[in-house]
Amino acid sequence: MALLEVKNLKVTFPTDDGLVQAVRGVSFSVDRGKTLGIVGESGSGKSVSTQTIMGLTRGAQVEGEAFFQGEDLLKMARRQLQAIRGRDVGMIFQDPLSSLHPYYRVGWQIVELIRAHDRAISKKAARQRAVELLRLVGIPRPDVRVNDYPHQFSGGMRQRAMIAMAMALNPALLIADEPTTALDVTVQAQVLRVIGRLQEEFGTAVIMITHDLGVIAETADDVVVMYAGAVMEAADRDSIFYDHHHPYTEGLMRSLPAYGDDRQRLTPIGGTPPSLITLPSGCKFHPRCPYVMDRCRAEEPELEPVEQRYWHTSACWLPHSGPGRQEASERVYGEAATR
Amino acid sequence: MARFLVRRILQGILVMLLVTLLVFGIFFLGGNANTVATRLAGRNATPQTIALVAKRLHLNQSVPLQYWDFLEQLVWHHNLGYSYFHEQPVGSVLKQAAPITLSLALGAAVIWLILGVLSGVLSAVKRGRIIDRAITTLALFFYSFPTFVLGLMLLFLVSYQLQKRGIRIFPGQGYVYFSASPTKWFESLVLPWITLALVSAATYTRLTRGSLLEVMGEDYIRTARAKGLSERRVVFRHGLRSALTPVASQFGIDVGVLVGGAVVTEQVFGMPGLGYTAVQSINNGDLPVIIGIVIVASAAVIVANILVDLVYAVLDPRVRLH
Repeated sequence: MALLEVKNLKVTFPTDDGLVQAVRGVSFSVDRGKTLGIVGESGSGKSVSTQTIMGLTRGAQVEGEAFFQGEDLLKMARRQLQAIRGRDVGMIFQDPLSSLHPYYRVGWQIVELIRAHDRAISKKAARQRAVELLRLVGIPRPDVRVNDYPHQFSGGMRQRAMIAMAMALNPALLIADEPTTALDVTVQAQVLRVIGRLQEEFGTAVIMITHDLGVIAETADDVVVMYAGAVMEAADRDSIFYDHHHPYTEGLMRSLPAYGDDRQRLTPIGGTPPSLITLPSGCKFHPRCPYVMDRCRAEEPELEPVEQRYWHTSACWLPHSGPGRQEASERVYGEAATR
Repeated sequence: MARFLVRRILQGILVMLLVTLLVFGIFFLGGNANTVATRLAGRNATPQTIALVAKRLHLNQSVPLQYWDFLEQLVWHHNLGYSYFHEQPVGSVLKQAAPITLSLALGAAVIWLILGVLSGVLSAVKRGRIIDRAITTLALFFYSFPTFVLGLMLLFLVSYQLQKRGIRIFPGQGYVYFSASPTKWFESLVLPWITLALVSAATYTRLTRGSLLEVMGEDYIRTARAKGLSERRVVFRHGLRSALTPVASQFGIDVGVLVGGAVVTEQVFGMPGLGYTAVQSINNGDLPVIIGIVIVASAAVIVANILVDLVYAVLDPRVRLH
């Protein structure tokens, strides 16, 4: 059984301008100790999905199910979900400076989390644990730095402190919401390594939310590609990178610079993501899709297996067989199209 | 931190010097020694008094020397001059008035701070609900209420109506010194406190509500929730802590200004504090007392501002380093 299984999640926000359809029937699951990458551009609903199942979105209308260790998070009493947050599910966010409280010492903030879930632990023991955690994520002289304020930490150290906090109670699941986006490239790698190491040590499952395909390539076992609040394609990492089916996934890959080849032109995806209030008809990607057919404008495709592989699904009207899909690709991008 | 404090205090002293220079410029310059002396001695002064004033204040000497003399008296002898109207030193006049205004201002400040911050928090947490609307409306209502109307209404509705029924808890007018009778002191202050607090609390309700709503949208509030803290802890320990910074600075300025005299409230309740005394002195042309009150009021504002900076540093660790 999966550790977390989200089924048909729908999240809408009523606003003055109309109903914002942030998430429109999303399903995914994470197994114990594995990493699920959720990739998509801003506004694709990737962050809203995970924050909603953890009860962190306000003023939203939520439908669907989210089973965590067998219990539905969306039907849980507020107190029960509150107890799970921080203890069984750790979370880290995009900007580590604004995510830590500027008025409190880093150590204090970790101790606060530990003591919120374990009233029996003494202040001293919790503090000891905080120092230990900071050491674990590679903060130098943790016994001293535990007394620092967040602004005395560098960007990478802050994110490592966030990781230390999120992992303090050895959660079964870590939700990393764009953990490297606000960091320098060199620091990004460090942070990903720290997450990877802790994941291995504690057997934590990770949901890695990012718009950076490099991060996905480095960390994910399985990948969900989201667009306009829905899943476009879901598969294991290698299939997503080397055997993708959906034109949106293909577009993402084509806009990546190929390593070691600086002469190849990048092909961006034309157009802009749709407004979540007035979504296009049919397939939500059709206005930007080079393969667009009449059917795409009329009907929205559902996720269907690609080549009968149940673990690889794509929501697209193109043929779900390998040769059929290849033919379409050659038609649009020409014979030389390399995938 | 110590350097920061020293710098702020030095700045305060500089501002204070400028205030004295301004006061000196307004009241001691212009015309000859005789006109100044006449001004200071009051309307009904005899020529002998005027001559005495001119001599005491060295009004026949050069201007810088006069200013130096004014400063010397102020700083070293704490001498603010002599009120010919009250026939006692200005210092003594202020010493009688200051405790009244202090009791009034500080008591009211505590009430409005608690009232304003708590209603602001409630309003922010229940944003958009009926209780938020009710609080916001009520705050606007008292905010737009003139102090003297509210004071007179309280006097009529509470003090007068109760007294008519033989209950004499709230005296209508006047002030009882704390040293005379602590309970009577308290009773004499309750209505003025409520008046001043209700009118001012509205500002704090709105300020706290706005500030807290802004803070609750911060990333670190999401982190606090993600940690599994109770909503109460999220609001008070994480949200309010940050939201209080602008409230603290507003509070410092308001209290500082108020300590210089709560003019209207003191008038309505017949409390001879600094504000009351200032109005009286203006009516009587009692210039030395006015000068004294201006200097005390300026000092209060300056001290309050330094205290605000100190509170800032206590609230926000990032300030401590700069």
